[in-house]
Amino acid sequence: MTDAITVEKFADAKEFEPKIIGFLCNWCCYGGADMAGLGRMQYPTNIRIIRVMCSGRVDPQFILEAFRRGADGVFIGGCHLGDCHYVEGNYRTQRRIIILKEYLRSMNINPERLRLEWVSASEGEKFTRVVKDFVKVLKELGPFNDSS
Amino acid sequence: MNKEEPQKSDKDEPRIGIYICHCGKNIAGTVDSESVAEYAATLPNVVTAKDYLYTCSEPGQNMIRDDIKELGINRVVVAACTPKMHEQTFRKTISDAGLNPYVLEVANIREQCSWCHMKEKENATEKAKDLVRMAISRSRDLVPLERTTIPVDKSALVIGGGIAGIETALDMADAGLKVYLVERETSIGGKMAQLDKTFPTLDCSACILTPKMVNVSRHPDITLLTYSEVKNVDGYVGNFKVTVERKPRYVIEEACTGCGECSFVCPVRVPNEFDMNRGKRAAIYVPFPQAVPLKFTIDPEHCLYFKNKMCTTCKQLCPKNAVDYDQEPEILDLTVGSIVVASGCDTFDATKIPELGYGRYPNVITNMDFERIVNAGGPTEGHILRPSDNKEPKSVAIIQCVGARDEENELYCCRYGCMAAMKQAYLLKEKLGSDTDVYICYIDLRSFGKGYEEFYRKVRNMGVKFIRGQPSEVLQNPDGSLVFNVYNSNIARHMKITVDIVILTLALTPPKGIDELQRILRISRGADGYFLEAHVKLQPAETHTKGIMLAGTCMAPRDITDTVTHAANAAAKAIDLLAPGEVPIEPITAWVDEDICSGCGICWYICPYAAIKIVDVEGHSSAEVVDALCTGCGTCGAACPSNAITHRHYTSNQIMDMVIAALEG
Repeated sequence: MTDAITVEKFADAKEFEPKIIGFLCNWCCYGGADMAGLGRMQYPTNIRIIRVMCSGRVDPQFILEAFRRGADGVFIGGCHLGDCHYVEGNYRTQRRIIILKEYLRSMNINPERLRLEWVSASEGEKFTRVVKDFVKVLKELGPFNDSS
Repeated sequence: MNKEEPQKSDKDEPRIGIYICHCGKNIAGTVDSESVAEYAATLPNVVTAKDYLYTCSEPGQNMIRDDIKELGINRVVVAACTPKMHEQTFRKTISDAGLNPYVLEVANIREQCSWCHMKEKENATEKAKDLVRMAISRSRDLVPLERTTIPVDKSALVIGGGIAGIETALDMADAGLKVYLVERETSIGGKMAQLDKTFPTLDCSACILTPKMVNVSRHPDITLLTYSEVKNVDGYVGNFKVTVERKPRYVIEEACTGCGECSFVCPVRVPNEFDMNRGKRAAIYVPFPQAVPLKFTIDPEHCLYFKNKMCTTCKQLCPKNAVDYDQEPEILDLTVGSIVVASGCDTFDATKIPELGYGRYPNVITNMDFERIVNAGGPTEGHILRPSDNKEPKSVAIIQCVGARDEENELYCCRYGCMAAMKQAYLLKEKLGSDTDVYICYIDLRSFGKGYEEFYRKVRNMGVKFIRGQPSEVLQNPDGSLVFNVYNSNIARHMKITVDIVILTLALTPPKGIDELQRILRISRGADGYFLEAHVKLQPAETHTKGIMLAGTCMAPRDITDTVTHAANAAAKAIDLLAPGEVPIEPITAWVDEDICSGCGICWYICPYAAIKIVDVEGHSSAEVVDALCTGCGTCGAACPSNAITHRHYTSNQIMDMVIAALEG
């Protein structure tokens, strides 16, 4: 009996693999993702990474388009506050994401589907951890179109 | 006026060549590169799709060049390692074959795919296909961009005047650069100036260092700014704007001859930091007699004039009338082409491991204390004496790896401690006689450098006792001697050892002030807290910020030999960069379409570089980008409410192409 439930759960988990679009800044988070690979740190294959020079480049339109096209989650990775290669781009990002999350909420989209993280170029371990966690959260939320 | 909008390279359809690298087994061991290539061949506009063992090799690059010429390819996609590794390599490859370097796109299927999904071969292959599809999609929208060059200032700033900064400054100045050497303390010399002898040759540290210090002060192309700190850095490679604050010495540098009369008559005596607070200095002082520059400084914290205006003895007695109590901090604005960070390191604070007794038991000292004690210019004039009673010790134990190789403190090896301890053991035997008992308690002995193993054998043959094991606690006997238990794993015995002095070999740590310096320079640091190099093996002296180099222990712990090598490397990189008189700048900048722009000024407000100005265009206002100031972050492009700003090479279309392609699969 227990086995059957486990198998069923396992099958469910296999069924839904969230699609994640990741926008990573060139100087910190993209380097962090490289560092994770260099350290052979393993994380799920769900994220598709797009490199931008600065997280401040991420136009809210990109994020909305990703959701419109069927992304289950969008991940933005920038430098830690105060460490931005472009002085203050990540502060802009932070403000935009806060507002965009409110906007998502008003559109009945769970704002947890949009995630902003600060990952430095040496934090491969952190990148691995936050991606794993984001995948877990999205699996719990289920596919975007079903539940929003 | 605004430059022309970037155009597609030709009116023709994109003809894309895609190359999937195996990277030996690094990629192909996880990702099925052949099937990715087969898949890529089915995508629109793809003229050729090939997988290859090592695409970055000469035959691999020739394959791409040949295809460009024979198949008329006008976009190249390489799916391989991170673009940080070989984007520049392949840009060169395609430009050799006549294409614009910016019609290249790299899909990162190694660091961000095969290496991080090693147990999921099928999923990793699917992901690689997605990444390749995204890259191909973006490549269709790539446009040629023209690199411009900007003139550079043939000058450099060196931050830190230890041996790394000294070496870098001299190398660069000898090559014809104008160098500003900024040092926080009153004299250059750094940690090396405090050492007595250097391993493995037992050269007197001061004898090899001070001539270099003097050369710095006499070099016509070096401006020495001691007792100064870098407060701000703006700008970019070739044209960094640096703000330096010169702290007041309360002594006019130009007038002071370094005669020392002032120090002699000063009634104040306080512990001298240079002697690890073991000797005394006056409130007007030089830290050590060979200081460069040999200019006295008043320490306002202890000077009686600054306390209550009671004493002006030094001012009255100075034969050159150099004392000036009213000096104010001075701000200097410099323009430099390159910056070398040589900010050094600190030693571990031994009081963080209270069981070892430092700070509680007077006869527990650090290796830096010992360097001053054994030095002829130190507080005991080179006589090794037990601090509690000033008697010659009969036995000394050196405990290694204090704070290093320690999960509670610094995980990394300090890279100097083993050799430094052997050198100190040698000096103990030499100065106190061969009947003195000297123990070294170690975890592992690392004598890796040239002449190091030979030195170890020499010290061993002198009768120094090597104990493989670390004491967990040091206790003091009533007579001031110290006792500890240690398990010697070499002979599988517990040993109880009583000695007169315990010396702690300290780990190296990132220096105080590194947080502030990182904030000013905006360069990355590693998990160990040190500044991060661009590539651990191939670019050890460069950072990811073009024009900023690293020298010495600000990047990682290392000994003097390696520091000097590293410093020369940093200098060579700065010279390479500045020697041509101009540097190419990436054409990845923003561009405003003045026909769409309403001149609202949001971009002007958010640009961190003030690279946007609002101009009048035929009666309406419009934003305009100053290319030389634009660093290409793209923040303005994301903020523009009317999509009037194009971020070259990261255009909205190019990014949107990738988003759409990623979700098509």
